[in-house]
Amino acid sequence: MLVNQPPVALDIAPWALSGTVLGVLMNHRPALAALGEAVHLPPYKAPPKAPVLYVKPRNTWVASGGDVPVPADAPALAFGATLAAVIGRTACGVAAADTLSHVAGWLLVGDVFVPHDVFYRPSLRWRVRDGFCPLGTAVVPLSAVADPDALTLTVEVDGQTVQQASTGERVRDMATLIADVSAFMTLNPGDVLMYGVAHGAPHVRAGQQVRVTAPGLAPLEARFVAEGQA
Amino acid sequence: MRTARIAWAGAVHTAVPHADGLQLADGTVLAETEVVWLPPVVPGTVIALGLNYADHVKELSKELSSVSADEPLAFLKTASSVIGHRGRTPRPRDAAFMHYECELAVVIGRPARRVGTADALAHVAGYTVANDYAVRDYLENWYRPNLRVKNRDGGTVLGPWLVSADELPDPQALALRTRVNGQLTQQGSTANMIHSVAALIEYLSGFMTLMPGDIILTGTPDGVVNVNPGDEVVTEIDGVGSLVNTLV
Repeated sequence: MLVNQPPVALDIAPWALSGTVLGVLMNHRPALAALGEAVHLPPYKAPPKAPVLYVKPRNTWVASGGDVPVPADAPALAFGATLAAVIGRTACGVAAADTLSHVAGWLLVGDVFVPHDVFYRPSLRWRVRDGFCPLGTAVVPLSAVADPDALTLTVEVDGQTVQQASTGERVRDMATLIADVSAFMTLNPGDVLMYGVAHGAPHVRAGQQVRVTAPGLAPLEARFVAEGQA
Repeated sequence: MRTARIAWAGAVHTAVPHADGLQLADGTVLAETEVVWLPPVVPGTVIALGLNYADHVKELSKELSSVSADEPLAFLKTASSVIGHRGRTPRPRDAAFMHYECELAVVIGRPARRVGTADALAHVAGYTVANDYAVRDYLENWYRPNLRVKNRDGGTVLGPWLVSADELPDPQALALRTRVNGQLTQQGSTANMIHSVAALIEYLSGFMTLMPGDIILTGTPDGVVNVNPGDEVVTEIDGVGSLVNTLV
């Protein structure tokens, strides 16, 4: 929704974006493991039971190739590359065995956030600043990804590979995640559900260029620029 | 000016109040119960406030363990949870404590980025009433309040009317209340908000662009009680409207 940004051109059915982009926290087992015993202590008191979700609203969207403004008060931003499912058919209370038939296709998403190590009550300032959600501009069909639970995402910053993140080692695999979300909120065509960022998202600063690739998916690119210079 | 979005006779219409119910643009007058009430605006980004009334903070104080004193506790909801006036909200069978929250809803009318409190209300299109349900059984301590508590289908009720901002020059002087099956259970005044409407717009627009159609739910005062299937919950704000919802 930023001015001077290319629009996210996903307005062709069945993947016209609905306006809902959901992220999932702590779906990568190493991310939860890194917290160790802290998951049992206050403020958490227990490991998460339901999927831990958050919303990336429309002001955060920027089409692949666009600019991500880097705020002056957060010069190093985490860039969480993730596979995301684009819903094609309304999913309400679906069983895990059926969920993939509700997916239209796949998209790469860059979930940008201000690094934080407390996950109790997040500030919106950490996740929902303008431009904090670069989205791939092409959805590939369901069949383009043989196994969404065994995909490697390569993240390059200024041409150097900084992360190779597998979609494996999940608390919930993609089918279970969709089932557990649809148990309490209906997923509608055009909704984007991230698979969850892998532990250890690289940090990116103004002036740097990020590129994410994965076999079968359209690459995702974003340029990080100091806020006010976008 | 008050407008509603309703469905009737196979189409979506804009309606205005009438002594006998409501009136469509072509002059047709209909009773309130003859139409399907939709949320009065198509929701953009829906932002909700937790703990924005001093008395409600006191009510929930046992649950608080790490809250920043000065930053508003804001979280987001999705459009999938939003329903209109006279809608039905499902209550999960296994829940022991599900409660309503009567809230003043602010609808943004002009893009807002880095807007100060003095200019904030000029960016408001109008106001409506929200009933923002929570199922407390599902509360977990990861990214609170988690979506399973606050973003269930039918859990965010909006309406009946969008009341234009010129009719409510002071959004901080409105009495609000909730009745469950006619019994008064919640009472408060927007004067007791910790962060005023203008302060919330300043805070949010400081890091995110607010767009027309974005909605800010400004929090609820104390007096939340459990509700059960069949209960009729009426959340009401003086000068804004009276929003009816039934639990199923």
